[in-house]
Amino acid sequence: MGSGDEQLPEIVVLGPPVVFALYDQQFSSRFRFLRPWESEEPLPQFLASRARSTQAAICSGDFSLSAAVLANLPSLRLVVTSSAGLNHIDLTECRRRGIAVAYAGNFFSPDVADLAVGLLIDVLRKVSAGNRFVKNGLWPNKPDFPLGFKLGGKRVGIVGLGSIGFEVAKRLKAFGCGISYYSRKKKPFVSYTSYSTIHELASNCNVLVLCCSLTEQTHHLVNREVMLALGKDGVIVNIARGAVIDEKELVACLLRGEIAGAGLDVFEHEPRPSPELYQLNNVVLSPHNAVLTEESMEGLYQLICGNLDAFFTGKPLLSQIPDE
Amino acid sequence: MENVGVMMTTPMSAYLEQQLQQRFTLFKLWESSHSLADSVKAVVGDTKIGADSKLIDSLPRLEIVSTYSVGVDKIDLEKCRDRGIRVTNTPDVLTEDVSDLAIGLALATLRKICACHAFLTTGSWKNGDFQLTTKFSGKSIGILGLGRIGSAIAKRAEAFGCTISYHSRTKRQTTNYRYYSNAVDLAANCQILFVACSLTNETRHIVNREVISALGPQGVLVNIGRGALVDEHELVSALCEGRLGGAGLDVFENEPHVPEPLLELENVVLLPHVGTDTVETSMTMADLVVANLECHFLRKPLLTPVI
Repeated sequence: MGSGDEQLPEIVVLGPPVVFALYDQQFSSRFRFLRPWESEEPLPQFLASRARSTQAAICSGDFSLSAAVLANLPSLRLVVTSSAGLNHIDLTECRRRGIAVAYAGNFFSPDVADLAVGLLIDVLRKVSAGNRFVKNGLWPNKPDFPLGFKLGGKRVGIVGLGSIGFEVAKRLKAFGCGISYYSRKKKPFVSYTSYSTIHELASNCNVLVLCCSLTEQTHHLVNREVMLALGKDGVIVNIARGAVIDEKELVACLLRGEIAGAGLDVFEHEPRPSPELYQLNNVVLSPHNAVLTEESMEGLYQLICGNLDAFFTGKPLLSQIPDE
Repeated sequence: MENVGVMMTTPMSAYLEQQLQQRFTLFKLWESSHSLADSVKAVVGDTKIGADSKLIDSLPRLEIVSTYSVGVDKIDLEKCRDRGIRVTNTPDVLTEDVSDLAIGLALATLRKICACHAFLTTGSWKNGDFQLTTKFSGKSIGILGLGRIGSAIAKRAEAFGCTISYHSRTKRQTTNYRYYSNAVDLAANCQILFVACSLTNETRHIVNREVISALGPQGVLVNIGRGALVDEHELVSALCEGRLGGAGLDVFENEPHVPEPLLELENVVLLPHVGTDTVETSMTMADLVVANLECHFLRKPLLTPVI
C-alpha cells in the first residue's frame, strides 16, 4: 500500500468471515485491516496492544463476539457481522456500550430459502441418492430404484416466519404445499395458519422447515416429543442453527424410523455432524453453506463496504439490526 | 372382462400388475410365448417398451394401447390410426411430480447439493469450506415446450423470482412469458434451460450443438423430457470441455446406459428416469391406465385418449 494508506479507516477483522478471504484485495483497496490471525499473539493480547483506538470491526457468524472480547476494543463503535444470524454477538453488551451492529439483513434470504427447498425435494425425491445410484453404475444391473414421495399436498410447518421463513413459504406454496407456521409473533397480514406451540405445529404437519434464530427459547426446540408428533412420514429441514434441534434425538428418531428423513445445513458441532447421519439414505447434508453462493458473496462485499463507508462518513448504516 | 387379454410389455409397477390381474387375463410380454397373441386385445406399455410396429403387427386382435406414461414416443401412432387402435396415456396426474423434479434438479445442479453431501460424508468439511455455488433465485429461465409440464415448471420458477421465456411449436396467447421462435435464441437469452417438450420426429435433437453453445459456459441444461431431445454426444463433449456450465438429467438417449464421462462430473446431476416415481403418482397413473381400459371394454368414452 502507498503512503496514502494511513488515511484509510482502520478496521479489525474477527473470524475471518469467508467473504473477507474471498474479497481481501478489494476490501484492502478501501480500508486498512488488522488481521489477528496473522499474528502469533493470542487474540486478547493482540487486541489490547493493537486495537485500542479501532472504531470498527468486521466479524464472521461463527466468531463469539463476547463481552470479554469487546472489553479489549474500548474505542469500538461499530460491528459489521457477515451473517444474518446474531446469536454469536453479545447484543446486550453492545447496547450498553453504544456499539452499533450491522448485519446481512434479508439479503441472504432467497439463497437460504432456495437451499431449504432444494434439500426438501432431494429428501422426498431421493435426488442425491439417485445421483449416487447412477454414478456408481448401478442403473443397468439394478433397474429398480425405490419410489420417492410427492411434494405437492405436503403440510409444511415453518418454524419462524421471518424473512427466510416467508421466502420458503412463498416457494413451497407454488409446489402445492399447505403452509402453516409457529413464530414468536403472529403475523397479522399473512394468510397462513399459525399455531401457538411447536408441538401443535408438528402434530398438524408432515414437513417442518426450521427458519428461526437461535436463542435461549429456541435451543433444542425440536426435541423427541416434537419429532414423534411430526410422525413417521415426517421430514425435517434445518437451515437455521444446529442447536435448534436436539441432534442426538434426531439421529435416534431417524435410526428408528420415527421420522422419514431430514435435510440439514447446520449441526450442533460444526464442522463435525453426528457421523451416524452419513450412513442414512434418507438424509441430505450440506456444510452450512446456504449463503455461500457467488452472487451472495459479491452482494455481501458491497453491503459490508456500504455499511463501513456510511459509518466513516457519518451517514445512516445500510443494514443496522432492528431494535428488539 | 376377465376373459379379455391384456398384455404388459415390461415390469413397470407391481400395483398395476395386480390391478390388471384382478380384472383381466394378464399376459406378460417378458414371460409369454407368441402363441397367446390371438388373445391379446390390449397392450399396456411404458417409457421403456411401448407398442412399436412389430408388436402391433403380431397382435391381430389388438384394440387399445394404454401407456403408463404421458409420452407416446414409444408407440407407433400412425399404425394405430391405420388399424383403428385406440391409444390412451396418463397426462395431468404426473405433471406436478415431473415439474417438482425439474426444479429439484436445477437446484441440485446450481447449488451442488449432491456434491456437498459427499463433501460431508467423506469427512472433508473439517479440512475447509466447500467451494461457492451458484444462486438459483432471480435467474433467467428458458422452457422448451410450454405444455402442461413446461407451464408447471414456469409457475414454480416464478416463485423464486425467476424471469421466464419459452419456445414452443406455437406462441401461447394466454401468457406474458417472452416467446422465442427458435431454440437457439431461447438458449442465448436464458441461463437455465428446461427441456419439457414431447419427443416427435420434429423435436429429435432439438437441443443440438448450436443450442448448447448458445446456453454457454454459465448455462445449465435440465432435461426431464426424453433423452433423444438432446444430442447426447454433443452434450457430453460440451460438459467435458467446459462449454456448458452444468446439467441435471433424468432422461438419456439409451436408458439405462449413461455416457461414462458424465459419471465423473461434479457439475452434472443424474437420475434414473424417476420423474413420476413417487408412491402417490405411480398409483394414480396405474389407476388411470386401468380406468381407461375398463371404459374401452365397457364401451364408455375413454378418459384420456390420444387417438
